[in-house]
Amino acid sequence: MTAPPEISWVERLRAEGGEGQAAVADLHALLLKAARFEVGRRAAELPHLRGGDQEDPAQQAADDALMAVLRKLDEFRGESRFTTWAYKFALLEAAVKVRKRAWQGREIPLEDEAWSALADAGAPAGRGAEDAELFAALREEIERLGERQREVLVAVALNGVPIDVLAARLGSTRGALYKSLHDARRNLRAALAARGLRVGEEEA
Amino acid sequence: MSTDDKRDAVLGRVLGPGTPELTCEQCFEELDRYVELTLAGDPADARVPGMRAHLDGCPACAEDFASLRDLVAREGD
Repeated sequence: MTAPPEISWVERLRAEGGEGQAAVADLHALLLKAARFEVGRRAAELPHLRGGDQEDPAQQAADDALMAVLRKLDEFRGESRFTTWAYKFALLEAAVKVRKRAWQGREIPLEDEAWSALADAGAPAGRGAEDAELFAALREEIERLGERQREVLVAVALNGVPIDVLAARLGSTRGALYKSLHDARRNLRAALAARGLRVGEEEA
Repeated sequence: MSTDDKRDAVLGRVLGPGTPELTCEQCFEELDRYVELTLAGDPADARVPGMRAHLDGCPACAEDFASLRDLVAREGD
């Protein structure tokens, strides 16, 4: 009986000598395909990455993903196909690289720009005074957040800064910054509720 | 995008999903399984609770999900 492909991948990658080396080369080709897919998909949105510029981040992403996959091979639980599991590392590496390149040399927008976005969204749209009160309260409560929570919320949620870009600028991680964003959102919902303003679902 | 859509989009980005959600790390852990369940038409949201809310709240993870889903779907064609 032939072993399932996912077992074959793991066993081949763990093999000594030529078989292991061939498996690593096959894996790199797989990851490069995924990285090219991701860079190509994002290049349509990012004109500066057209043409030959796309190959460099794809190669770097495949190299970094290869290291990540080999490092985490013991964590593969077989709950998906091996290729699906491996692809996610290449896609993540490629996406992060493209986002960082897109923001290279760009300043993180100032808080003032966020207030414009918020005022614009809260402009009368047939909802009148109720909406004006909600958006005014929202701005006040955002300004009351702790520094890190406010910084992350304003950049990511209002100014559209990719969280990976912000993480790199602040020397942090996506996960850590998302925790700040999550806490900020929870605090804002609670503050709005305390004012008798309710928006959408409430966290259990 | 209509004015109401813009209003709702901004509120959604600022206030998030408002329901229990996975962290970014948990999302990455489960992403491959969630994508395969989604593509198989299985109840992915019931099998991976908190994933949908996280994808609604985290633009970067939502993009990673869409990319993996589309790549795997293309492979299956």
